[in-house]
Amino acid sequence: MSNLHNLLFGIYPYIALSIFFLGSLIRFDREQYTWKSDSSQMLRLKQLRLGSNLFHIGILFLFFGHAAGLLTPHWLYESLGLSTPNKQMLAIISGGLAGLACLAGVVILLHRRLTDPRIRATSKPMDIFIMVWILVTLLLGLISILYSLQHAEGGVMLALGAWAQHIVTFRAGAAEFIVSVPTIYKIHLFFGMTLFVLFPFSRLVHVWSGFASVSYVTRAWQLVRPRS
Amino acid sequence: MKVRAQIAMVLNLDKCIGCHTCSITCKNVWTSREGMEYVWFNNVESKPGIGYPKQWENQDIWNGGWKLKGDGKLEPRQGSKLKILANIFGNPNLPEIDDYYEPFTFDYQHLQKAPLSETPPTARPISAITGEKMEKINWGPNWEDDLGGEFASRSRDKNFDNVQKEMHSTFENTFLMYLPRLCEHCLNPTCVASCPSGSIYKREEDGIVLVDQDKCRGWRMCISGCPYKKIYYNWKSGKAEKCTFCYPRIEAGQPTVCSESCVGRIRYLGVILYDADRIEEAASVTDPKELYEAQLKIFLDPNDPAVIAAARAEGVPEAWIESAAKSPVYKMAIDWKIAFPLHPEYRTLPMVWYVPPLSPIQAAAESGKMGMNGIIPDTQSLRIPITYLANLLTGGKEKPIVTALDRLLAMRAYMRGKSVEGVPNIAALDQVGLTSAQADEMYRYLAIANYEDRFVIPSTHREEAINTFEEKSSCGFTFGNGCSDGVSKPSLFGNRKNSVPVDLSQLHAKKKTG
Repeated sequence: MSNLHNLLFGIYPYIALSIFFLGSLIRFDREQYTWKSDSSQMLRLKQLRLGSNLFHIGILFLFFGHAAGLLTPHWLYESLGLSTPNKQMLAIISGGLAGLACLAGVVILLHRRLTDPRIRATSKPMDIFIMVWILVTLLLGLISILYSLQHAEGGVMLALGAWAQHIVTFRAGAAEFIVSVPTIYKIHLFFGMTLFVLFPFSRLVHVWSGFASVSYVTRAWQLVRPRS
Repeated sequence: MKVRAQIAMVLNLDKCIGCHTCSITCKNVWTSREGMEYVWFNNVESKPGIGYPKQWENQDIWNGGWKLKGDGKLEPRQGSKLKILANIFGNPNLPEIDDYYEPFTFDYQHLQKAPLSETPPTARPISAITGEKMEKINWGPNWEDDLGGEFASRSRDKNFDNVQKEMHSTFENTFLMYLPRLCEHCLNPTCVASCPSGSIYKREEDGIVLVDQDKCRGWRMCISGCPYKKIYYNWKSGKAEKCTFCYPRIEAGQPTVCSESCVGRIRYLGVILYDADRIEEAASVTDPKELYEAQLKIFLDPNDPAVIAAARAEGVPEAWIESAAKSPVYKMAIDWKIAFPLHPEYRTLPMVWYVPPLSPIQAAAESGKMGMNGIIPDTQSLRIPITYLANLLTGGKEKPIVTALDRLLAMRAYMRGKSVEGVPNIAALDQVGLTSAQADEMYRYLAIANYEDRFVIPSTHREEAINTFEEKSSCGFTFGNGCSDGVSKPSLFGNRKNSVPVDLSQLHAKKKTG
């Protein structure tokens, strides 16, 4: 195992997660006025609803899919009667469909952002950069499916799962599990982890608020506040 | 009974001359910032017309306001909480900026810098969003000013429902009135109810509806929720902004800027006490025609000792209770019943009310066809159809509008008798159920409209009142850290490109040195 490999997959995950959590916390605390979805819908309705819905539904599925797929202990789904090859096939099919939906969405949104004069003029460099980053990460993930199809027994999946589980439970030697997985997965991992690094510095912070807005369902319709 | 106090407004449309002074002064104070160029917290529309944004009154298009579900419960017309959340990625009911207008400035420099030519140079419009030249300006906050445009367009006005509108397409039969519009500071606001992050709230002390700029996440459900389209999306900051009812002035006992600057003296501000426990009941009345009267019923009599005691128990300050007894809004809405809420059928229980305008009867009079109702002219012969006004102000119920117009006419007949003929026309008053004392007071409030009669605003005890003029065009709200606009340069978190072709900072710098 090279030092670079250990840096990227043993240490970088913790750097990324630290920046993700601390960065979000500091920004929420210090710059809450900048904390927003930054919607551009009212400047141009065209393409937004289709693109945004496809993108968001796709990427949310992928996020939860990755979380559940990588972090569920091996024995748990085995005891539920789901064999490793079957689990991999489930992941490939559902993840592939969600990935394609997300891809269609992000391409529509990126096209809109780059070609519509209003959206282009009001885009921050980070808005475009983060979309391209997501697009590349997504493409890498979709390409890796082709490799996964060649390893139908699910060995790579188990290795990636072991790596992720060791990282989040602070066990040493996580990086060793994925020394021999194909390079495409490693690049995908790097791009994916870097998304967490970029998170607090971009409009992605609205994801936190998106999850928080679920509490709206139990709220009273009207809000009355005394003058502060 | 849960007594709450609110600062409410009445606009006497009978005296509005459509000068837009309210809009301009409001604009200068509150929305002269990037991202807000297209926003008019107060705008004056010519009626009939489809307004700003286009067709805002047509909820078949925008789905604003509330609807009554089968079980008699209220729900925003744009959907249940789950549906609102499901629409968060793309709001199907959101107006586009072109429904308001694309903000612009003019290429004034070209007038000076253009080379010598056969034809005089022109200053073409430049988009404030893209900085590019625009072909044409298509809409604005008063685009249909004084019936500008063709009848086919303005007759899409929703208030023409049940009116034979073709009759009013001819020059001889056309009619015009002005409708100044601002946030209604509703008792049952749909914007508050639609906000997934809970950033919009109604202030307990004075009923002003505000957006917490720090908590707003830009989900933009309030914009589609509000049936009056008086919440706006700041495309620069990505936050919702709305009329603040000039709360820094109200707190200091001063009228709002739009009211203060109104040259026609048509605006009135006063305290209304209401029963907060009965809001839902009043907003859920089945028949939309009964909503106006249902809202009247939850207003409390400020002279009733039981109400005063209950208000004290709720902690309403003494100055507010005293002001409520002198409230011009109470007099017009309840004592004289000449003021009405704007579109009560939206079920938001709005708190900015309107006195319907009288309109010329000259044409009918000259042709000898003027109908008389006893000794005052028949309101049916007025140029503005009663049905139109009822659609605008009472959810379609015509009787209260007729009564109000009759009272306005009777007050005039009474005063004309008193001051011209020397004999007060008591018969006219008897016909509409007014006493001469009431008519004298109505005359004082409506015709003379003294400053101290129009504005009865108790100050809050904020001892350090600030000079708000100094705050003009500055941040206005607390934007993040102090007066930071949240896009500090350089910033870790990036900022949007400055896309306005005019550099305002130089203008300010010049003013200071010069």
